[in-house]
Parts: sequence; structure tokens; C-alpha cells
Amino acid sequence: MASLQATSRRTGDVTVVDFSGKIVLGEGSAVLRKTVRELIEGGHRKILLNLADVDYIDSSGIGELVSAYTTVQGVSGELKLLQLTRRVHDILQITRLFTVFDVQSDEDTAVRSFR
Amino acid sequence: MAPTAQRIEVTLETLLESVDLAEGIVKRVAEASGFEEDDVHKIGMAVREGVINAYNYGNQHDRHKKIHITVELQPEKMVVHVLDEGKGFELTEVPDPLAEENLLRTSGRGIFLMRAFMDDLLVRQRPAGGAELIMSKRLPSGSENGQRPPE
Repeated sequence: MASLQATSRRTGDVTVVDFSGKIVLGEGSAVLRKTVRELIEGGHRKILLNLADVDYIDSSGIGELVSAYTTVQGVSGELKLLQLTRRVHDILQITRLFTVFDVQSDEDTAVRSFR
Repeated sequence: MAPTAQRIEVTLETLLESVDLAEGIVKRVAEASGFEEDDVHKIGMAVREGVINAYNYGNQHDRHKKIHITVELQPEKMVVHVLDEGKGFELTEVPDPLAEENLLRTSGRGIFLMRAFMDDLLVRQRPAGGAELIMSKRLPSGSENGQRPPE
């Protein structure tokens, strides 16, 4: 089984991607990269990454999250994060990425926050 | 009799799979040494980042090169060495990932994370070549020489 699973759904004009597993070097990072790329190619510009079921991320996974963020920004889109587990939260905090990402704890609020 | 260090040495191939393998081995040792779950996770993550460093930057995915892991249980601390067969590097060469201009970089956080998760991190350039990362964490109190206290 892949180390990271991703399923997308729509809530209004926001695409929510539910991830499950680990965003780590190799397959996990590749799934994230491919998922976001395909969404952008499909014209999606409001993307919410639901990380409630992601319990592990390494530096490669962080790199892919940052890359996803800058790529979506590059096409004038928005990418936000939803519901971080404690370990992912702590890593984003110590790497100062909380100053980069808009992290939301509730899906309805997150969806309404897109411009 | 004075406690002596126990040591495990593992040589890994420069393969992606070695990252998980190294992390798993070291986490098992950390658990057996009495570390709590959170510290086991941190030690595993630090080793993971060290092996990613060796795989990506040290050995540059070269399958002819190896990654050498040594885990030492000293009387007061667990020390993990990760040695690659690359050209070596200086810590001063590594940009600060927390600097504003580096926040959107997609790489360069490994060393920082190792430092954050362990008590100490050194980088040594071996005379024969390769970078050696030496990271350590103090054993939990009540744990003697890496042995879990009896329950």
C-alpha cells in the first residue's frame, strides 16, 4: 500500500484533498506532488489540504508542501492546510512555516476563508 | 564493574529503502533503552534526516556507495553516527532555513531538524572522505547504560 493516500472532493468552489499516511521522502512526497500538479492542470485554484490523518512528515515532505504552496501561488491560486496532527504541527512550528501557511482547524471555516 | 558502551554497526545500501530501515533500527534500540514514545519518535526522525542527507547529498544516490550507521549506548547517552562516502561538508555551508529569505526553499531543513530533535549534533569530515553526523540524546533518568529499568 502507498505510504500516502489522497482523495479529492469539492465543497463549493474549493477542492479538499484528504490525505492519509506519511508525507516522506519517496512515494509519500510523490503522491502529494502529483496530486497538486493534477489539480492545477485541471484548473483548480482553491485547494485545501486536509492533513488530519497525516501523522508523519519529514524534511522532504515539508519541501513538497512548500513547493505545492508556491506552485499554487504561481498560478494565482490559494493553498491552505487543515487540521494538523500534533507532530506535523510541531514541525511546521519549529521550521517557522506557520508564518507561510494558512492553517485552519475547522473545514467550514477553512472553506469560507478562501477569497 | 564500570558500565561499558554497547554498540551496533549497520552498513546500508544507498537506496531509498535504507531511510526507513535505519529509522526503524534506531527506534527499536531507543525503545529498548527506555526512551518515552515522544523521544523515540524524535530520535527516529533525526536519524531519518541524517540518512536522507547521506542518501541525497553525501552519496548522491550512488548505489556503489554505502551509508554506515553506528548506535552507541554510553552510560549516559545514546549516540548515533551516520557516515556517508561523499565529499563531506561544513555546517557553516548550510543556509539557515529559518531566515526569511529561505523559508520558501524546498530543501535544507534536515540539519536543523536533527538539531531540534537531538541534544547534540556534530558534523565531522573524515580524513578518508565522507561526512559523519554524530548526534546524541541523554538517556532517560533511571535507565542505566541503555537498559530499561526493571518494572
